[in-house]
Amino acid sequence: MNLRRLWAIIVKELRQLRRDRITLGMIIGIPTLQLLMFGYAINLDVRGLAAGVVDQSGTQAARVVLQDMFATGVIQPVLTLQTPQAALMALRRGEISVGVIIPPDFERRVTEGREAVQVIVDGSDTSVQNAVRQLAQLPVGERALRVVQPVSVLPLYNPGRRSAVNVVPGLIGVILSMTMVLFTAVSLVRERERGNLEFLITTPVTRLELMVGKVLPYVAIGLLQTTLVLWLGIQVFGVPVRGSTLDVYLATLLLIAANLSLGLLLSTRAQSQFQATQMSFFLLLPSILLSGFVFPFAGMPLAARWIAEVLPLTHFMRLIRGVMLRGASVAELWPEALVLVGFTMLMMLLAVARFRKSLD
Amino acid sequence: MKADIAIRARGLTRRFGAVVAVDHVSLEVPRARVYGFLGPNGSGKSTAIRLLCGLLTPTAGEVEVLGLQLPRQAEALKRRIGYMTQRFSLFDDLTVRENLEFVATVQGLSRQAVPLRVTELLQDYQLEAVIGQLAGTLSGGQRQRLALAAAVVHRPELLLLDEPTSAVDPESRRAFWERLFDLADAGTTLLISTHYMDEAERCHRLAILASGRLVADGAPAEMAAALDGRVFRVLAEDARQAHGVLQSLPGVLSVAQIGRELRVLMAAPDGTLEALPENTLLRLEFALRAAKLAATLQQASPNLEDVFVDCTQTSRRVA
Repeated sequence: MNLRRLWAIIVKELRQLRRDRITLGMIIGIPTLQLLMFGYAINLDVRGLAAGVVDQSGTQAARVVLQDMFATGVIQPVLTLQTPQAALMALRRGEISVGVIIPPDFERRVTEGREAVQVIVDGSDTSVQNAVRQLAQLPVGERALRVVQPVSVLPLYNPGRRSAVNVVPGLIGVILSMTMVLFTAVSLVRERERGNLEFLITTPVTRLELMVGKVLPYVAIGLLQTTLVLWLGIQVFGVPVRGSTLDVYLATLLLIAANLSLGLLLSTRAQSQFQATQMSFFLLLPSILLSGFVFPFAGMPLAARWIAEVLPLTHFMRLIRGVMLRGASVAELWPEALVLVGFTMLMMLLAVARFRKSLD
Repeated sequence: MKADIAIRARGLTRRFGAVVAVDHVSLEVPRARVYGFLGPNGSGKSTAIRLLCGLLTPTAGEVEVLGLQLPRQAEALKRRIGYMTQRFSLFDDLTVRENLEFVATVQGLSRQAVPLRVTELLQDYQLEAVIGQLAGTLSGGQRQRLALAAAVVHRPELLLLDEPTSAVDPESRRAFWERLFDLADAGTTLLISTHYMDEAERCHRLAILASGRLVADGAPAEMAAALDGRVFRVLAEDARQAHGVLQSLPGVLSVAQIGRELRVLMAAPDGTLEALPENTLLRLEFALRAAKLAATLQQASPNLEDVFVDCTQTSRRVA
């Protein structure tokens, strides 16, 4: 590898990037927009569900129970109804998501220790269902009912159960998977499409110089994006960084390398920029869905887990949550780091082997 | 290999699936000369050039370029050749200067040499006025000069040009050819493909390709002289009708209308008395008179287009 030739390729790449305003905009725009969208919109703790109330007992104790339920913020009374049938109708029409029904014999049921309050839920949305199920476990109406909870759960690391805390570290990974793979894949394919490659391969430039020279500028861009997301995450959502900043960047660097090498491999396969884009999106979707970013890894069937283990984002997700939220170091999480390093080396090897310096 | 031969190919063949793009081509290109590949589209010119600079691996045959064996020593060859592609292959989104700086650096010029050489090229190729302009916004002629400048940055011994003048006006083409001869005078060997007759005529030596095969080669003037006695000019009152009559005569290879005149090319003589030019002239005249067409006929001196038609028509008949 000749350093002057490598440098020439990097400079060329940066000059081209500087003139490509749309890509430049995407480098800053994608992370910012995504962070704000995901940070605000992906909220797994459901709040303010529209509730209809049917209080057929009209007692003081029932009113206490209802007050406690509303105080959780999960449900919010929008309708007062006379009969359970009216509540069902309202639920079907979509006016309410939850119906709280207190039967006429409420107090007798409480005394006898039977179920005293019925909550009907619009189960067509599972997250609503889950939220209301949790409602049933909250110490609602303790004052009136003197119920003792048999199991107590102590949530470490994210006691407020705020989604942003969970989403932002993972979002770094999702954004990097989206931009890094795409940028590298497209950048080599573009040179082939424009005919630049036909000229480049008649020069003494080697395959490795070409690939590394194309990748290095994007490493810098990846780190820039990480910094942006971290800064916004801390400023806007108050996301904690419990581990060392160095470890955060180290983990990120591992993911950037994995994604860039993957992008290079795609570029040796794709014939047009359109194909390159398609390929990277084909990989992006499973990355987002299976990596543990959206759904917990533990709930997935075995086959999905195997696929997830192959995706770099899965391992990054474990690394970054460990570092940022649990204060772990990359060294403590070495198996995940090792997988990312291995992935990068394998992809790079395949890419260099597949890329031919001839037109055969 | 003799020192005055830059390229020697024997039985050079390249297949793409079932298609034979280059079919057993053997040729020798002398050093410090402009050697042309003439042929219609799809005749294998571009493929031949790519084979000769190591961009494509031959299916069969031997190639020796500047004393190096291909494809084994293709990488070593790349330092000694310049290649100007058919399509503009520099970076549209870099300026003229940035493009040249990039090429100079990857071609291995030293840190001190790069700015000097770039300045020199900008002067030589009249690009000083557009130094800071993006290559994508240049005119056809400017782009072509930039592409040539980039191809010769490292002063290659061999320059391969694949239809370099297809996108420029006649004046730029003339100036371009002056530059090519300057390079040849300075010792560079040039291999150029074209489908323009006037360009082919300028080459020191020429190879005519038809469907992947080399059907003729030699100096353009000699190749034309070889057709002496086979070309006739016919000035007929009704050129279209005369065209039809002449076309159907035995021994007539092609009839082309040029203005009001017809240019008739006869097949290669078979040694009979009948094939002598004087007798051919009489035979053509007789045929026209029999069709009641008034015409004057005379022998003409053959040109390169006649050579080209002769080669491509003959090879088509054989095929």
